[in-house]
Order: sequence, then structure tokens, then C-alpha cells
Amino acid sequence: MKDYGTAVATAETVEVTTSSDVVNARQVVRTLAQRGGLPLVHQTKLVTAASELGRNMLIYGGGGVVRAALVADSGRSGVYVEFRDQGPGIPDIETAMQDGWTSGSGLGLGLSGAKRLVDEFDIATGEGGTTVRIVKWGR
Amino acid sequence: MTDRVPVLKIGEILLVSIQFDLEDQTVLDLQEDLSNRIVATGAKGVVIDISALEIVDSFVGRMLATNASISRILGAETIVVGMRPAVAMTLVELGLSLNGVRTAMNLERGLKLLRRLAAGRA
Ligand SMILES: Nc1ncnc2c1ncn2[C@@H]1O[C@H](COP(=O)(O)OP(=O)(O)OP(=O)(O)O)[C@@H](O)[C@H]1O
Ligand SMILES: [Mg+2]
Repeated sequence: MKDYGTAVATAETVEVTTSSDVVNARQVVRTLAQRGGLPLVHQTKLVTAASELGRNMLIYGGGGVVRAALVADSGRSGVYVEFRDQGPGIPDIETAMQDGWTSGSGLGLGLSGAKRLVDEFDIATGEGGTTVRIVKWGR
Repeated sequence: MTDRVPVLKIGEILLVSIQFDLEDQTVLDLQEDLSNRIVATGAKGVVIDISALEIVDSFVGRMLATNASISRILGAETIVVGMRPAVAMTLVELGLSLNGVRTAMNLERGLKLLRRLAAGRA
């Protein structure tokens, strides 16, 4: 995945420590997607992915920070969202990315489903925490 | 304290109209409230209107599926009405099939379906 570090400098930030913060993060992402002119279905997919990743960050990562920004690449615009926590990390990421795998009581669809719903997906995880970065492009 | 979603009783039917973006605890509260109300009222049908919902993620999806199973065991059929097309497309890609959840395009059709199901059971 491309480095979207410069976009993050101007990003909107939501600190997630409660489940109502996840609702806020969803709304921030939706507003950006609308501003970026993403078609409705793309908006819906992006916000749904953000909801899954935001919840994971809260439940398994002990909370963290969501950053979202508009990005542009060769004439198209999109939305970049980053979820960064300092939780325990995911020991076996290959397994965790599979449909139906959960360490808790979920459906195990969050990570695999979120990946399907966006255009770019990158996850870095270790003992220092987990960072998931996604991009959804407009038309 | 979080807001609760109201559960309205209309005849033998319970109507739930979700009007705002729900946080997880509110979703869990709704599931519990619905089960309790089905038992308390002896309702035969439940209609959950999600036309105002901009997204349904795995958490809300699971609540809808669980609620359908619970209400069936308690003797009530649940119909989910008003799912937006973009939401339906997203759910499929997310991997949530919502097996066992009956749906209808809108409230009117949902009520019609409930009546038909009730007639079939009688
Ligand atoms: N930010 C995170 N930090 C630590 N572990 C995580 C994180 N995100 C996901 N995981 C681990 O990966 C597993 C799979 O996550 P995924 O979102 O796919 O499923 P789930 O959350 O268990 O269920 P669902 O999202 O369907 O309700 C989780 O059960 C958890 O063990
Ligand atoms: Mg999850």
C-alpha cells in the first residue's frame, strides 16, 4: 500500500475509548466520503468497514485512534482511514484474516469482510499494537 | 446511560423503528427488550424497520439474526423491513447472509407478510 503519511497530517482524528466513539468515527468517515463524492454504495461499504475495524480496535486493542482524510491519486479521489491501537496485537494474522475466525464471540467477519469492502487494505500488527489502514476510491 | 429504541405494541404486533445510528450497547438492549416484550405481550409478530439505517455491520446483523431465532422460539415471527439497497449489497460482501431473517421491502409489505404467516399457522 502507498504511503499516505502526508494525508494523515491533515486528517480528522477520533479517539476511540467507548462504543459511542465508534459511532462518531463512523460519522466522520461518512462525512468525508460524502465530501469526496464517493457513490452511495462505496460510502456504505467504507463506513461498514470502518465500523468493523473501529469495534475491533475497541474490543481487542483496548481502544485507539482513528484518522481519516481525503486522498487523491491520478485524478480520482478517495478516503483513507487509519486505525491505530496499542493493544496486544494479533498473534496469527493469517488465521485472523480468515472468514469465521474469532477469538471471542463474534462472527469472525470483521477483518476479512472489511478487506473485501475496501480497495486497499493493510494491516501491521505486533506486540506494540495493531494498525489497519484502508482506502476506498470513488468512481 | 444510552438511549433505548422504543418497542411499540400495535394489536398482536410489536413494531420497532430504528431511527438513529446505534451504538453496540443500544443494540444489545434492544435485543433484550424485544424478547421481554414478546413474552409479556404474547405478540405473534415483530416488525423491525431499518429504513433509516445507513449501515448494518456484523454486530447489528447478528442482532437481527439472533432476534429472529429467539422470537421464533417464543412464538413470534420477525420481519425486517426497509433495508436500503446499498446496505444489502454491503452485507453480502461483508459475508453476512442473514439466514433465517425474513425481510420485506417496506412496512406495508412486512405487515402483509405477517398476516399471511399468521393465517398459515392458524
Ligand atoms: N485490533 C486488534 N487487536 C488485537 N486483536 C485483534 C484486533 N482486531 C482483530 N483481532 C483479532 O482477530 C480476530 C478476528 O477479528 P474479526 O473482526 O475478523 O472477528 P471478530 O471481531 O472476532 O468477530 P466479528 O467482527 O465478526 O464480530 C478477533 O477475534 C481478535 O482475536
Ligand atoms: Mg470484529
